[in-house]
Amino acid sequence: MKYYTYYPGCSAEATAIPLGISVLRVAKALDIDLVELEDWNCCGSTPYSSVTKLEAGAMAARNLALAEKTGLDLVTPCSNCYVILQSVNTHLKELPKFREQLNEALAAGDLKYGGGVKVRHLAEVFYNDITPEVIASKVTKPLKGLKVAAYYGCQLVRPNGFDDPESPHSLDELVTSLGAEAVSWEMKARCCGSSLVMPEQEVALGLVNKILRNAEAHGAQCLVTPCPLCQINLDAYQSQVNRQFKTSYNLPVLFVTQLIGVALGIPAKELALEKNIVSPMRVLAPYL
Amino acid sequence: MAETMVEAPAAKTSFIDEVCSIPGGDAIRSCIQCGICTGSCPTANNWDYPPRRAIAMVRAGLREELLSSNSMWFCASCYTCTVRCPRDIKPADIMHALEVLSIRSGLSTRKSRTPVMYQCFIDSAKGNGRVYELGMMIKLFLKTNPFSALKLAPVGLGLFLHGRMPLKPTRIKGMKELKAILDKARALEGAK
Repeated sequence: MKYYTYYPGCSAEATAIPLGISVLRVAKALDIDLVELEDWNCCGSTPYSSVTKLEAGAMAARNLALAEKTGLDLVTPCSNCYVILQSVNTHLKELPKFREQLNEALAAGDLKYGGGVKVRHLAEVFYNDITPEVIASKVTKPLKGLKVAAYYGCQLVRPNGFDDPESPHSLDELVTSLGAEAVSWEMKARCCGSSLVMPEQEVALGLVNKILRNAEAHGAQCLVTPCPLCQINLDAYQSQVNRQFKTSYNLPVLFVTQLIGVALGIPAKELALEKNIVSPMRVLAPYL
Repeated sequence: MAETMVEAPAAKTSFIDEVCSIPGGDAIRSCIQCGICTGSCPTANNWDYPPRRAIAMVRAGLREELLSSNSMWFCASCYTCTVRCPRDIKPADIMHALEVLSIRSGLSTRKSRTPVMYQCFIDSAKGNGRVYELGMMIKLFLKTNPFSALKLAPVGLGLFLHGRMPLKPTRIKGMKELKAILDKARALEGAK
């Protein structure tokens, strides 16, 4: 059994609930003990740090201070939380004034942070701590014949991710460890537009279109991603892309943990597969 | 460095200092204007002044022109520029620093809805300790263009029907402590 402090992030409890559900279920199957960080708050995300720095830092630092008490690595399945918590953690280490001021702010809430937390992404934990080999050994329903486009998005691998920032391979290895085929494609780590989909929908949909077109052109039957924002843009907005660009995509976009779960023989319901907007049931039928 | 060789008026040198003083904003002085940031940017076509030019404008002291533009608000934080910059400048962080300055100076543009969206996000995160996506989206549309919500209605409905759009927010227990921490940080930020 491996132990971690778990930081779900806001999306994993709402618009990305299939992520939250499948993470906990798959963790259990892989002997990973994820203990939810007690009373965690929003990491602040990109919007907060784009409007104020110290206050945004304080938002993230409360989580780091709470996590430090547990003595375990802080693991999040959300790529944006990962970048934000990691960046504030680094600024706290490297900028003495920032650290001093944030600790002064934390003291107002009876907290302090000594800089001892390691922030990690769940996909990195799967890859480095659990390893594709061990996951492969637990597969009961090999996904033989399934062509999957592993979509990394941005913030899992940039700016300080654990894999190559331009041509990553870790998710591809996880996909092949399940018996599926990871298609080779160019857009695997290109931007989906992230939260621009709300204020600048047309721009973001243009980026989503390029990603879906590329995945389809390489014969992918579905995509997998670890990132809640990417999943929503590619899945929930796929019908909008079809409307705007007169395309007819019908590409399911699974969370990595959902696909791992299927291969481990976990029932569809427990992986919240019915909550995906573009239904993955047809593509996954042979393995369920 | 090059810019110290040129006689610049005081107001012009202060813009670059201002940017450098924000975490993530430093290193801008070593830009060689190679343009790999602009070439790598997935949204550069939409920027009033694309990344390379925006950086040049910081160094030229074109404060108001840049801070009132839509430029940095199109940064999707993909960090492609950041991993490719040969001078380790972290252009994405600089864009975030410019956003901070733009808001702080009351210059943020109405041409992009991103500044309003960011504020709605923050209000939501601060109000409950966690972001409530539905509430945030409704507020964004009310504050900008309520009719544009109609276009997004199918997406929202789809999420709702799939159990991905809770109708009420989650509130953390430590709201009082969180508020005290944020208030203190805000006071410190204003005082410096």
